[in-house]
Amino acid sequence: MSALDVLSIRKDFPILTQKIREKPLIYLDNAASSQKPDSVIDAISNNYRFDYANIHRGVHTLSQRSTDSFEGAREKVRVFLNAESVKEIIFIRGATEGINLIAQTYGRSNIGQDDEIIITAMEHHANIVPWQILCEQTGARLRVVPMTERGELILDDYRSLFNSKTRLVSIAHMSNALGTVNPVAEMIKTAHSHNVPVVLDGAQSAPHMTTDVRALDCDFYVFSGHKLYGPAGIGVLYGKQALLEAMPPYQGGGDMIRKVSFQKTEYNDLPYKFEAGTPAIADVIGLGAAIDYITGIGLDNIAAYEDDLLRYATEQVNQITGLRIIGEAAHKGAILSFVLDGVHPHDIGTLLDTVGIAIRAGHHCAMPVMDFYQVPATARASFAMYNTEQEIDVLVSALKELIKVFR
Amino acid sequence: MFEDLRDLYQEVIFDHNRNPRNFRIIENASREVEGFNPLCGDRLTLYLNIVSGVIEDASFQGSGCAISTASVSLMTEIIKGKTEGEAETLFSQFHKMTTTEGEVDWAAIGKLAVLAGVKDYPARVKCATLAWHTLDTALKNEGQLSISTE
Ligand SMILES: Cc1ncc(COP(=O)(O)O)c(C=O)c1O
Repeated sequence: MSALDVLSIRKDFPILTQKIREKPLIYLDNAASSQKPDSVIDAISNNYRFDYANIHRGVHTLSQRSTDSFEGAREKVRVFLNAESVKEIIFIRGATEGINLIAQTYGRSNIGQDDEIIITAMEHHANIVPWQILCEQTGARLRVVPMTERGELILDDYRSLFNSKTRLVSIAHMSNALGTVNPVAEMIKTAHSHNVPVVLDGAQSAPHMTTDVRALDCDFYVFSGHKLYGPAGIGVLYGKQALLEAMPPYQGGGDMIRKVSFQKTEYNDLPYKFEAGTPAIADVIGLGAAIDYITGIGLDNIAAYEDDLLRYATEQVNQITGLRIIGEAAHKGAILSFVLDGVHPHDIGTLLDTVGIAIRAGHHCAMPVMDFYQVPATARASFAMYNTEQEIDVLVSALKELIKVFR
Repeated sequence: MFEDLRDLYQEVIFDHNRNPRNFRIIENASREVEGFNPLCGDRLTLYLNIVSGVIEDASFQGSGCAISTASVSLMTEIIKGKTEGEAETLFSQFHKMTTTEGEVDWAAIGKLAVLAGVKDYPARVKCATLAWHTLDTALKNEGQLSISTE
């Protein structure tokens, strides 16, 4: 296995030491949300304990300390994404809010009647519904890139979707329901050759692979802190500065203005133009701590280790008769979605919980994907850097037992 | 390995999951209601033939988890021959049993008691109650309908 000291990593995550129904917790629901290391928990509680005050414009010491940590976290995010400027890093609640923001600002000012927005067959509802709302508001249309049975996008079809009406492409870097990692660099090049900007949904990819927004040349990128070992309720929207500058604000209020009178309001500079109101200060600081933690271990090491875990898990579950993996793309992140003959995913989830294993069962906010595979739901085990082969062994033997119980 | 399993999955539930009772279509049923739980994708269609206020026949089609399949299978067995009023009373007893809102009349519940374990699994309560909410809709409305738990 790769150069990762998993045992010492596990010690950093206090929640992992507990027992569930008297069995050691085996947490395999990381694609939904990952657990938090002490350093993130401490960063949040230390802010509240020692440094907390509202940020920006404060003349007192605590406000200055909180502001410094808050803006320090923004710089950490900039480095993490390799963005050019902190002006391009906007704090939002999560990937969902980021996509809604783009739809309602960039979208409403650049997309109109009969224009087309391209998404893919494997999107999370968060990358479908905001565009449908925009389509209802403007009369634009959604076009969907189809995928193969293995869960890979059909790039020829993608290329042929472009026409003079295409205004925007919005795609998941990595699918939460299938694990597929999409060839986004190539897809972005195609879109740019038609002068169409691209939104990347990085909710799943950000925790598992290095992201370089400048190398990818994506126009927008969103991710959520809670899947990145950071706090829930905080996330990031990256946008190219020129695009963000041309966009109208999302919400009005404090912080996003420079000058207000009853006649006219002047908006603040980036990134504050898009950060109306008091933000989740401690959570932003917690996100900064999460990025420090990941960077300390190294995303390349994390990715290599998780690849090994996925390969091992795939080999092991493939030996279970009656188990079908949903999503078999050549390039996958550490997600294993599956169905078992004669056992409904919800029964799998409940039974595994009785032995301390946390997986997810359901449609994973990707109902069109379930329809495509003609399954009502799937069971999904998703891995993180703190999972081990031994945990996968327990999962596999539990699945084998469970089949016996149901037959 | 699954020592705790019997709290929720009694053998009766596995039995009904393997061999669902009344798993068929009733042609020209007087009531036909589709129940859907979008959360887990459970989907069932309930057919009733009601003659002079009595449920003469009940059946279902569809697919779902073991809890929802066993629940609807058991329900079709137990409501056959009951009046609409008796079936409504059972629905309210079943509701009490799965949510622990109020005293349950265990005599009336009878073998539906095998599903009592769901009250300790909040995420699974809807699996057990989908059949009964579908029945409730079927009793209150003539003809064909569909309902959703969310
Ligand atoms: C691919 C993908 N996009 C978007 C989201 C939405 O993220 P959030 O709920 O944090 O806004 C998720 C979360 O499940 C996801 O997996």
